Formats: sequence, structure tokens, C-alpha cells
Amino acid sequence: MSQIAGHLEPYLVLSGMLFAIGSFGFLARRNAISMLMSIELMLNAVNLAALAFGAFIPSLAGQGAAFALLIIAVAAAEATVGLAIVIAIFRNRKTPLVDEYDTMRQ
Amino acid sequence: MPLPDVIPFIGLGWSDVLFLILSGVVLAAAFAVVFGRDIIKSGLFLILTLGALAGIYVMLGAAIVAGAQVLVYIGAISVLILFAIMLTQSKLAPVKLAFQTQVTPAALAAVLLAVLFGLAFGSTEWGSTVFTDTPAATGTAPVAAALFGPYLLAFEIASVLLLAAVIGGLYLAMEPKGDDVGEELP
Repeated sequence: MSQIAGHLEPYLVLSGMLFAIGSFGFLARRNAISMLMSIELMLNAVNLAALAFGAFIPSLAGQGAAFALLIIAVAAAEATVGLAIVIAIFRNRKTPLVDEYDTMRQ
Repeated sequence: MPLPDVIPFIGLGWSDVLFLILSGVVLAAAFAVVFGRDIIKSGLFLILTLGALAGIYVMLGAAIVAGAQVLVYIGAISVLILFAIMLTQSKLAPVKLAFQTQVTPAALAAVLLAVLFGLAFGSTEWGSTVFTDTPAATGTAPVAAALFGPYLLAFEIASVLLLAAVIGGLYLAMEPKGDDVGEELP
């Protein structure tokens, strides 16, 4: 008999906490690659929520996993382009810190 | 001797303990990703987070997504991130100040977000099934039926998006020609 792993809410709470951690990292880190890693954490939190809904709500069976697979594909595309942009900016500005990308403010 | 259904003295089932261990690993490693000073270690802890999440996906009965997680996230995206870290960490980039000046508002916003999520999840009646153990694995047939039925257009758009991302990433990361505008002198 399971008291935690058989219910929907623990998975959702874990997903919410992971999303909050990722959003903190995205807002607070200076390094552009750390920000991209935080975005990956947030996307994974969303994946976890989608899979939990798909597993626990009968009318959504299969759709949660389909959503998660699509999100993984989009996350791969996002990581590719994001990291390429970071490398391209680094080639010009010689720094990965986002608060030093202030050319348009001067 | 067969194992008892419920662990003595704790009153939790084995799947509960597995879920608690995996979610603890996920949260601790995510904290290490976000708070770590050394960005290489952040990248390695990101791999740990994604691996433990793949375990939770298996507990949710979605083995195909767990496989995709291992292949795509741990196999490809993590390697990409680690390579980008190695390409962009120079001696000119200080590693000391890891956080922006807005770290306190960011922490407040994140805590507020977590509290909001908790309230929303706790107060909503989801009408969800309650399993005596973890949800049974449903196989890949329902996933395929959803992916190639109602979500076929999204699937095709995702494939086009991946192609565009590959070409765009290649173009962006390409070494610029010498006479390109905007190149700074070393």
C-alpha cells in the first residue's frame, strides 16, 4: 500500500518546487549558460507535471507522454540555438556574463 | 523470505521510499545547479537532476519518455552545455560573483511562485485516480495514438523546428570571416 507514490499531488508539488528553483536560477545567475541550465530545469518541471497528469487522470492517458516528448524536442532546439548565441556573443564580448552585455544601453 | 509490503517502523511502501529518495536527489541536485559557484559542477549536477527525473518518469509508467530523457537530455543537451561551458570560461570571466544584484527579489519571486503552486495544487480537485502502488506502465501504444493522431501537426512542426535549430545553431556558432562587421580586435 502506497501513501505517497500512488497519489497525484506529490508529483505536482515536486514539479512546482523544481520550477521555482529553476526560475530563481534564471533570474539570479549572471552566467548565460547557468541561465540556460535553469531553463532546462523549468522545462523538466513542466514535463514532470505533464507526465503526472497523463498517468493519473484517465482521460489524459497517453497525452501527457506525447506532450513531454514534444517538449523534449523543443527543449533540444532551444538549447542548440541558445548555446550557439552564447558562443557567438562570447566571441565578440569575451565574457559569458549577461550583465556585461550592455552595448545598447550606453 | 519475501519482503514485507510496508517497511516496518516507517509505515511507507517501497515505492514511497523510492519516490522520496528520487525527489530528494532531484531537489538537492537542482539546488546545487542553481547555487553552485563552479559552473562545471553545476553542469554535472544538472546531469544528476535529469537522471533522477528519468527515474521518476519510470515510476509514472512512462518508460518511453524516460528513455528519451536519457538519450536527449543526458546524452545530447548536457554534452552541449558542458562543451559550451568549456568554450566560454576564460580567465577574463570571473567566477566569483555568481549572482546578479537582483538576487534577493529573485529569491522572493521564486519562493512566492512555489507557495502559489502549493496552494493551487492543494486546493484543486483533480479527479485523479489513486493507485495502490505506482501507476502501471501503459506501454507506448497510447503515446503513439496521441502523438500520431491529434498531435500529428505539432509533431511535424517539431521536426521542422529541429531542422531549423540545427541550421541556425550551425550558422550562429560558425567562425566569422575576417572582414565581417562587428569583429573586435584581440
